[in-house]
Amino acid sequence: MAKETITVHLKVWRQNGPNDQGRFETYKAEDVNVHMSFLEMLDVVNEDLVRAGDDPIAFDSDCREGICGTCGFVINGQAHGPEPSTTVCQLHMRSFKDGETITIEPWRARPFPVIKDLVVDRDAFDRIISAGGYVSVGTGPHQDANAAKVGKPLADRAFDAAACIGCGACVAACPNAAASLFTGAKITHLSLLPQGKPERSRRTRRMVHQMEKEGFGNCSNIGECEAVCPKDISIDNIAKMKREYLRAIFTDS
Amino acid sequence: MIPLKRALSSPVGRKFVMSLSGIALVLFVIVHLLGNLTLFFPGEDGENFNDYAAFFADLGPVLYIIELGLLVVIVVHMAWGISTWLKNRNARPENYGTGQQSKGGPSNLSLLSKNMIFTGGTLGIFLIVHLWHFRVRKEMGSVKEEYGTYETAGGREVADLYAMVEGSFSSPGWVIFYVASMFFLGFHLRHGFWSALQSLGAMKPEWSKGIYAIGLVVAVILAVGFMGIPIWMFIEAN
Ligand code: FES
Repeated sequence: MAKETITVHLKVWRQNGPNDQGRFETYKAEDVNVHMSFLEMLDVVNEDLVRAGDDPIAFDSDCREGICGTCGFVINGQAHGPEPSTTVCQLHMRSFKDGETITIEPWRARPFPVIKDLVVDRDAFDRIISAGGYVSVGTGPHQDANAAKVGKPLADRAFDAAACIGCGACVAACPNAAASLFTGAKITHLSLLPQGKPERSRRTRRMVHQMEKEGFGNCSNIGECEAVCPKDISIDNIAKMKREYLRAIFTDS
Repeated sequence: MIPLKRALSSPVGRKFVMSLSGIALVLFVIVHLLGNLTLFFPGEDGENFNDYAAFFADLGPVLYIIELGLLVVIVVHMAWGISTWLKNRNARPENYGTGQQSKGGPSNLSLLSKNMIFTGGTLGIFLIVHLWHFRVRKEMGSVKEEYGTYETAGGREVADLYAMVEGSFSSPGWVIFYVASMFFLGFHLRHGFWSALQSLGAMKPEWSKGIYAIGLVVAVILAVGFMGIPIWMFIEAN
């Protein structure tokens, strides 16, 4: 049987605030139960830090079941760590070896400034959504949910795109720090559905231009974003965004 | 609707420009290689190659228009490429302490895909040397002096371009320079061919792997094809 507890050496990025220089600091996590999640392991390390009167390592998390998109940092150069289709809250310590040195860093991109340690400001994503990633609903009696028919294949594709939890791993893993997978998924999701059609062109134009304004890089089709995406969003959504943008150049509907 | 000027500088539109100019350049390079195949079968006094070259020279002003068009495409591809690269660098001011490690799977992250600016820049430098070597010198008349003349079917005296190519590729220095440069053509196209189509949105998930594989074939055929010429001529000459 594999070992039930391991010891790992952590090299963690510590940064007091947005304007602090930041540096790596090392910690030792002993007797870590391999069935703990990565965040639980950090919780234990933090308890020790607090007990010793030190500042705990700041990181984001909320649901801890891989569905909210709040958590996320880079482990050994990989967004959300070594496992595919996994958020860092769903990553377990059994993915690491006894005695391993683990380097932990925040997402690094100019539009995602570090707030503290591993926590970054992802408001840029919210602003891309506010620019057009929604369906406007007028007032009045609401429509019957089944009034607009959507075929199963189309519904599936829209749903695959809608699975994006907006964690930002795609940006973190992109050598260009591009937000194309995120924006592409949102545009694809809404443009496929009848409710999203009326604002299709406007939405694409505004979201793509907002993405540029936020200072994200430009997609060069490397596809590392798809590899790190906890929800397996395909770069086909980026190709779809390109087609939608081409369409938006020529039409207003 | 999006004003064209706005569209062409947007993250999506700028890639349309890169893709279309890139595809145009690939087509040009294919035609260039096909023409150069005459170097493998030069005929007497390199007549096949010289006649092929004379065909273009005889186009007169049309040739200059074609060349100017090509130059514009190249400059656009480079200008958009450099500006995009600068923006991308700016988007990640600080890299990861451990460097970036690919998670594998569907990712195409590699030294080649990450360094298109470097392979492309190398090709840009190659192009300057190549144009001076085989194009500008001819215009300045120094080729005639050095390598003599050739009489075309139409009875015109032109510089003996076959002799010039033959002379250049009898020296190992030029052979190494051309062969090495063509590695970079292969490197650039390995990611570039697939990437051009994906950037245009001309992609279905089912095609993606196949087109990526075709990109490898295109890159290898073009690079090896061009490498073969100097190597073949060097062997012939020595
Ligand atoms: S905390 Fe919600 S996805 Fe990880």
